[in-house]
Amino acid sequence: MENENFVIIEGKKVAIEGERNLLELIRKAGFNITTFCYQPELEIYGACRLCLVEVDGMGVVASCCVAPRAGMNVRINTDEIRRLRRINLELLLASGNHNCTVCSKSGHCKLQSLAQEMGITEIRFKAKQKETVRDTSSAALVRDNSKCILCGNCVRICNEVQGIGAIDFAFRGYRAKITPAFDKGMGESHECVSCGQCARVCPVGALTPNCSEIEQVFKEINNPAKKVAVHIAPAVRVGLGEIFGLPQGKSIDGKIAAALRMLGFDYVYDTAFAADLTIVEEATEFLHRFTEGKNLPQLTSCCPAWVNYVEKFTPEFIPNLSTARSPMQMMGPVIKADFVEKGGKREDLVVVAIMPCSAKKGEIKREEFYVDGNPDTDHVVTTVGLARMIKEAGIDFANLKDEEFDHPFGTKTGAGVIFGASGGVMEAALRFAAAELDPKNAGKIKLDVLRANSTVKEAELKVAGKTVRVAVVSGLRNARKLLDDIKAGKNKYDFIEVMSCQGGCVAGAGQPQFEGWQARKNRAKGLYDDDAKMAYKSQDNKDVMALYGTIFDKIGGHKAHELLHTHYFDRKDRTGQDK
Amino acid sequence: MSDRFKPAAQILKDNNYDSAKLIPILQKVQDAYHFLPEDVMRYIANELNISPAKVFGVATFFAHFAITPKGKHIIRVCNGTACHVKGSAGIIDAVKKKLKLKDGQETTEDLLFTLECVSCLGACGLAPVMVVDDVVHGQVTPAKAEELLDEVIKAEAK
Amino acid sequence: MATKDIAKIAKDFNDAYKNIKHRIVICGGTGCIAGGSLDVYKAFQTEMEKRNLPCSVEVTKGCRENYLSLSGCRGFCAQGPLVSVGDIFYTKVKVADVPEIIEKTLLKGEVIDRLLYHNPANNQKSKTVADIPFYAKQQRILLADCGRINPEDINEYIAHGGYAQAKRIYLEMTPEQVCKEMIKSGLRGRGGGGFPTGKKWEFARIEPEGKKYVICNADEGDPGAFMDRSVMEGNPNAVLEGMMIAAHAIGADEGYIYVRMEYPLAIKRIRKAIEEAEALGILGENVFGSGKNFKINVMEGAGASVCGEETALIASVDGMPKVKPPFPAHSGLFGKPTVINNVETLATVAKIFEMGPENFAKIGPATSPGTKTFAVTGHIANTGLVEVPMGTTLRQVINDVAGGTTNSDGTVNPEAFKAAQIGGPSGGCLTKEHFDVPLDFDSLKSAGAMVGSGGLVVMNEKTCMVNVARFFLEFTKRESCGKCVPCREGTDQMLSLLTDICEGRGTMKTLETLEDLAKAVQKSSLCALGKTAPNPVLSTLKYFKDEYLAHVVEKRCPAGVCKALAKYEIDPAKCKGCGMCKRACPVQAITGAVGKPHVIDPKKCIKCGSCKSTCKFGAVKIGA
Repeated sequence: MENENFVIIEGKKVAIEGERNLLELIRKAGFNITTFCYQPELEIYGACRLCLVEVDGMGVVASCCVAPRAGMNVRINTDEIRRLRRINLELLLASGNHNCTVCSKSGHCKLQSLAQEMGITEIRFKAKQKETVRDTSSAALVRDNSKCILCGNCVRICNEVQGIGAIDFAFRGYRAKITPAFDKGMGESHECVSCGQCARVCPVGALTPNCSEIEQVFKEINNPAKKVAVHIAPAVRVGLGEIFGLPQGKSIDGKIAAALRMLGFDYVYDTAFAADLTIVEEATEFLHRFTEGKNLPQLTSCCPAWVNYVEKFTPEFIPNLSTARSPMQMMGPVIKADFVEKGGKREDLVVVAIMPCSAKKGEIKREEFYVDGNPDTDHVVTTVGLARMIKEAGIDFANLKDEEFDHPFGTKTGAGVIFGASGGVMEAALRFAAAELDPKNAGKIKLDVLRANSTVKEAELKVAGKTVRVAVVSGLRNARKLLDDIKAGKNKYDFIEVMSCQGGCVAGAGQPQFEGWQARKNRAKGLYDDDAKMAYKSQDNKDVMALYGTIFDKIGGHKAHELLHTHYFDRKDRTGQDK
Repeated sequence: MSDRFKPAAQILKDNNYDSAKLIPILQKVQDAYHFLPEDVMRYIANELNISPAKVFGVATFFAHFAITPKGKHIIRVCNGTACHVKGSAGIIDAVKKKLKLKDGQETTEDLLFTLECVSCLGACGLAPVMVVDDVVHGQVTPAKAEELLDEVIKAEAK
Repeated sequence: MATKDIAKIAKDFNDAYKNIKHRIVICGGTGCIAGGSLDVYKAFQTEMEKRNLPCSVEVTKGCRENYLSLSGCRGFCAQGPLVSVGDIFYTKVKVADVPEIIEKTLLKGEVIDRLLYHNPANNQKSKTVADIPFYAKQQRILLADCGRINPEDINEYIAHGGYAQAKRIYLEMTPEQVCKEMIKSGLRGRGGGGFPTGKKWEFARIEPEGKKYVICNADEGDPGAFMDRSVMEGNPNAVLEGMMIAAHAIGADEGYIYVRMEYPLAIKRIRKAIEEAEALGILGENVFGSGKNFKINVMEGAGASVCGEETALIASVDGMPKVKPPFPAHSGLFGKPTVINNVETLATVAKIFEMGPENFAKIGPATSPGTKTFAVTGHIANTGLVEVPMGTTLRQVINDVAGGTTNSDGTVNPEAFKAAQIGGPSGGCLTKEHFDVPLDFDSLKSAGAMVGSGGLVVMNEKTCMVNVARFFLEFTKRESCGKCVPCREGTDQMLSLLTDICEGRGTMKTLETLEDLAKAVQKSSLCALGKTAPNPVLSTLKYFKDEYLAHVVEKRCPAGVCKALAKYEIDPAKCKGCGMCKRACPVQAITGAVGKPHVIDPKKCIKCGSCKSTCKFGAVKIGA
């Protein structure tokens, strides 16, 4: 018998296969309606009213708010719908400061593209003169409420996915705005951890990663007195390409190395080098704790937004955080130490990190990462920021020939590269630990669950008669729940990897914007494809191991501790409580 | 705990630290502190395990809440339909003029008066209506409004 | 605690009541209190004491022959303070009148003529409530006990048959039967939408057993409607009883009443009624020995009219409407199945079971049975609450019950009627051509208006309809929660377009854009508040297009209301040439010799109106 479970969309039968709303079904049918407030990962909000369709018997409905029912007859491009969508769009265009030519989001803005799609050449409504009010109080993010269309995506992701609620709606009606508590700046917000997921889901230019340092980076490059070193994080190589029309998720590290040289950087390195170094330090630290049964579970510390979170919300877990610095903050001091060793002056070397992340911009500003006023890392540029630099310089990126990274700080193993995907840090650490615990098996582990497309993963590694219980979690709300369960005694782990962004760094706020899980999958696959072609575990990185005995005396030694480890601060808000 | 937060702590306790009761909690807090001070809102957010931004959102969404200190005397002029038809706009103008309130300003510099324009007090039969410190006055004229304010000012001067 | 025997309470009350020879009722509604009724009450107490007259203030065993009580709102607020001594009904009573009332009316049974209600329409005076056309022509079911009983004495409510229906239903009827009976009665929700109450209950009833809630929506946000306030002030127990019955019907054990903070007296009376009902075990555990529990909580609003919208009301914290589904009947307060009814609906429930659903269904038209309370305000002889059968015509309500339209000076002039705005900012306007349209859900809908909560603002010829539309848009713009684009931005832009029209900047294109936008907001907004926000615009555009055209094309406000379009002129026949206006004019636009008619230079005039308010001879007028 014929399957009756379908909806008719513009005359075409489309099977209902568990879609959560009519909009998903319509998109499946090939009508990619541009809307603002619907995000597949977030709760349905129904505010932008741009997914309007006509359903027989129901009239005009917002398709995001309607569950598909068999037999529905749906019309999308009727005169009525076109008229309503146009008016709602015009209302938005009149609502704020939408001056595309001077907006950092130009070219990636949904409001702009919808206006193009609808061929808007005139706005019938009075422009509500909103001056640009740039909130630049945060190192990580820039907020401009005059561009905000109040779709609420940022509020929902901060609440639902991150469990923080650093920003929310305030005031009412025509005065409504999205703001941190007490109408303060993002940088003054106690709650904001700079993860930037709000910016990742902002359809317009109201919340964007801070890009102000690009100017300075160009100046440093053009300053003959300075040498400029650059290194790219693992996730960057699988994120940048799509901006230049290359397949999403394909690793293009060779092209990036070439482009960085063309931009004028003196040394072109790979953060994956430092990721291997991180594994050596962090996994060694773990093995100590594991053997002694102290401060377990160990929590990873390479995600700066996560570190902020622990300090601000769960400081009781500070002893559990690995003291190992993030790869970026190992890379900086190591390159600078090497430069000094070779006779240079520390302040004459500028280190620029290309990161998929907004929180990294705040991380380099922490005072423990300065030596006599000179930062370990001078500037952080996001993946999208790098794309802008490449475009400004006129580089024909898509047609570049692959080049090698410079050595020794461009040498890496697969273990360092997979840092960019959720589960990658844990897998790399377990490769190291397995080899340390059982030198005979060369660290080969088979834990596919760590690569699953899930935000909470658990695994056990059995090696040399021991069992290591690990968890991998991404998204801060998930992380909080895990910690709460541990506190309540419901769960027990030895080692936990936490990434603030669901899916890990490939889904960071500095990456090209995306919706849904497919982009995360594609990018993670790019990293694992690279890994498959490379050395397996961090111990195999000869340039990393060579540091011990030159810059550092030994693993976990005094100098290594000074340059490669850090400490944390309790920054919990305790207003009104006894100190 | 410093004395400052004690009233808020008691209110939270009376409401079983139930975050669903945020609105009644804020109402009581406003009664106790005359407005919603930032540190008290932050304290409440922490105790109820909700974000300060959410508390701030609620405090600014509802007309009844004030995030800046309110005046000692609250003047409410009804601008519901019936009152509007019967000329409440003139009363609002007269009060503003008398109290030297600029556009958008609700509370006088000396914190003596706050003017609130409310949508309907349900006393349409008496339109236009003005409420001075919870006492309802009906069939108010601009002149009568000024008289009522004068009475308060006179009482304050003593 | 076991519920006290209500039959015994009623009997005790009635026995004690037999001692009473004279009952003096002073209206204690918000309106009358504003007029000083509490002072009048105190004056009665003092005066009786002074004269050593036996007087009680509550009905208890052995109470004395004079009984002094407050009542709830009697819905005739413009005439307050209202006092009745037995059947004799006095209006506008002052403290100074009290000794005379005691001396003449209480002791001698004489009527004081000057305190009687004076009907401005025919200059007749009325001695009793029954003589007053305003009351006589109503059919009061909901409001029957408002003003008759003491709202702060649950025993009197019980003595009038109160809680008998709740008891019967809890002990003798299954939830399914209750829903069936409600469906049979045909009652449709009085809050605005007119959804059948019985069906709403049935949806919540069939949800799986577990925690469920009944909510009484007393967040009456429609400016100009005050029946919910009156009912809560005048007969709070009727609301509670309705909630109890609804709770039994759906299987709820907890209820919430959300009251606007602007209604302090209603909040006080509701709380008092709950306390009394709890003390008697009517609310609480094992209600009437049925094994069922029911408790009621009161929540005060914090000043946002959007919270009258169901989904915003149950959001309780952020106050923003949510997408439906889920419907509250399935997932409402705290995610549990919830029935939300407004005050008027719930207060009618016990009456329906008392008279029998079949009999209720016979009142008014078959599709909208029952009575409906309208709050009649504006340019009308008798401002107040009018309860009439659904389907009564506008003509009957305005002219027969409420005494007719008035001129701006208050004199009755039925010919001055221009329009009635029904349903508040969500409603539409009705004109002379609708005078014989029956006021019920369906007829009004086809006339492009809605019953809404029942606000009925009567407007005379001196009202500018563009200005009225603008007034309502100011309200909706201010009250829009700001969530969805069409309502947040659309109300703001509609207001801006209307302001352009009122201030002489409008063009034909403005009108066209306004209409387009209004229709779009109506179609595409998220919640009912946004969907109905353009109604005042669309209905005035429909019925008063010529007035809009006058503003736009001729730059003229026919009613002379829009300041920017006003043309101030001096009538030479009335001007005495005193020079007062000349001195008052801030821009020296007025010229003229002493003793001779003065003239206003329209080019200099800034339309401040100083001349008009200064002139003692009424010579300054606003030309159309």
